Amino acid sequence: MQGDVQFAGWWAAALRRSRAGFRGARDVSSKAVSATFRPPVTAPTQTGLQVQGVHLWRGERHVLRGVHLDAPLGTFWHVRGPNGAGKTSLLRVVAGFLWPEDGQVLWNGQETRGLGDEFGAQMACLGHEPALKADLTARENIRYLVGLRRSVADAELDAAFARLGIADHADRPTRMLSAGQKRRAAMVRVLLSGAPLWLLDEPFTNLDVAGVELFAGLLAEHAAGGGVVLATTHQPIPAPGVRTLELA
Amino acid sequence: MNAGERAVPTGMLAAGAATFRRDVVLAFRRPGQMLQPVVFFLIVTTLFPLSLSPQLSQLRDISPGILWVGALLSSLLALESLFRADLEDGTLEQWVISGQPLAVQVLARILAHWTVSGLPLVAAAPLVGASLAVPASAFGTTMLVLGLGTLCLSGLGAAGAALTLGSRRASVLLSLLVLPLAMPILIFGARGVDLAILGEPTRGPVLLLSALTILTLSLTPWAAASAVRISLE
Repeated sequence: MQGDVQFAGWWAAALRRSRAGFRGARDVSSKAVSATFRPPVTAPTQTGLQVQGVHLWRGERHVLRGVHLDAPLGTFWHVRGPNGAGKTSLLRVVAGFLWPEDGQVLWNGQETRGLGDEFGAQMACLGHEPALKADLTARENIRYLVGLRRSVADAELDAAFARLGIADHADRPTRMLSAGQKRRAAMVRVLLSGAPLWLLDEPFTNLDVAGVELFAGLLAEHAAGGGVVLATTHQPIPAPGVRTLELA
Repeated sequence: MNAGERAVPTGMLAAGAATFRRDVVLAFRRPGQMLQPVVFFLIVTTLFPLSLSPQLSQLRDISPGILWVGALLSSLLALESLFRADLEDGTLEQWVISGQPLAVQVLARILAHWTVSGLPLVAAAPLVGASLAVPASAFGTTMLVLGLGTLCLSGLGAAGAALTLGSRRASVLLSLLVLPLAMPILIFGARGVDLAILGEPTRGPVLLLSALTILTLSLTPWAAASAVRISLE
């Protein structure tokens, strides 16, 4: 028994050493970064989303170089930057799909890694792929995806589809929908998710002019209602009160 | 649009049930794809009696092996698609951030996968058995052990399929990963059919297979869930 405990302790120490060594090697390769700078840990009373000093490598590339973002509830952020600046990577770090080499993401003052599935429920994502099955109708798709989070009534679905202007297409198989209509259907999912934090990667792709305005209006409305919106896009967002985070 | 405040959060089991239902509905929208494993099973197993000598006693001796190798291969055929489409269309990401435990979603997927790919094999077993001169008295046990074995294989395959999500041509790698772990299923399954044909008690292999299935289904969802998270990086 004693031996087991010692063995486990030895392993934990070895693991820490190897991680430290890994980080050390990374830091040598990029001397420009002051990896020693760490902002003070935020008091747990703070609300909304904080990204603190996030460094991320993809292979040999140092994609995110100490990104900071303070997004309290009620703010709408436009994440900008040239191709390959790490816009998508930042959203994936916030969502918890990518683990940064350094830095942390806080939600309402708590580190998101520790929150686990709880944090997932606080967040709605719209990625490059709309997560719609071609063989199901738009309504079936959305009912399933929203249903994973909460109960959803037919009237609610109808209202949301009407809001996104695809009420006539809700009962067609998703494979028959155009790319823009699929985007709108995916937005129905985000709208009904009931999550305060919205992460949208290029939400305006494939949308017509009216669609861009509609989406921008919905995002601004969500932020005004006390949510947090992070959207990456290359075009200006036609909505008031949008703050910009520039990635180089 | 704060509709979410009034709504009831979905429970873990309800979410699992929703995934199971959706997977089965999806499979029935593509019946051709769904029937692939069972058609493969029928083809492989009916080729043996045609190509071997028509002596019934000889056929009966090797029938457990043929049945099981056929079932194993056709199960492997269906494994690669377990998570692939969901990775590509972003459904896996939605699972991870749905607020539901990923392992429960994976377990629901395993059960749905077995329902649409394993159960048809079980249903086809008497037909195949008859063509291999298996006596009708052994059909019950044959179906039982095939059902348990394919369920166990679906569980093992989920872990393998999740681990190989990152590689492009994963089918060979997947077979290499899953086959060694599937050997006990093959051995006890074939032994169970063998004993049933001989009219001897089959309790031993059936219980062992049941234990293996329970063990697999309680461990592999966690392993597969971890592998799925890694594949999203």
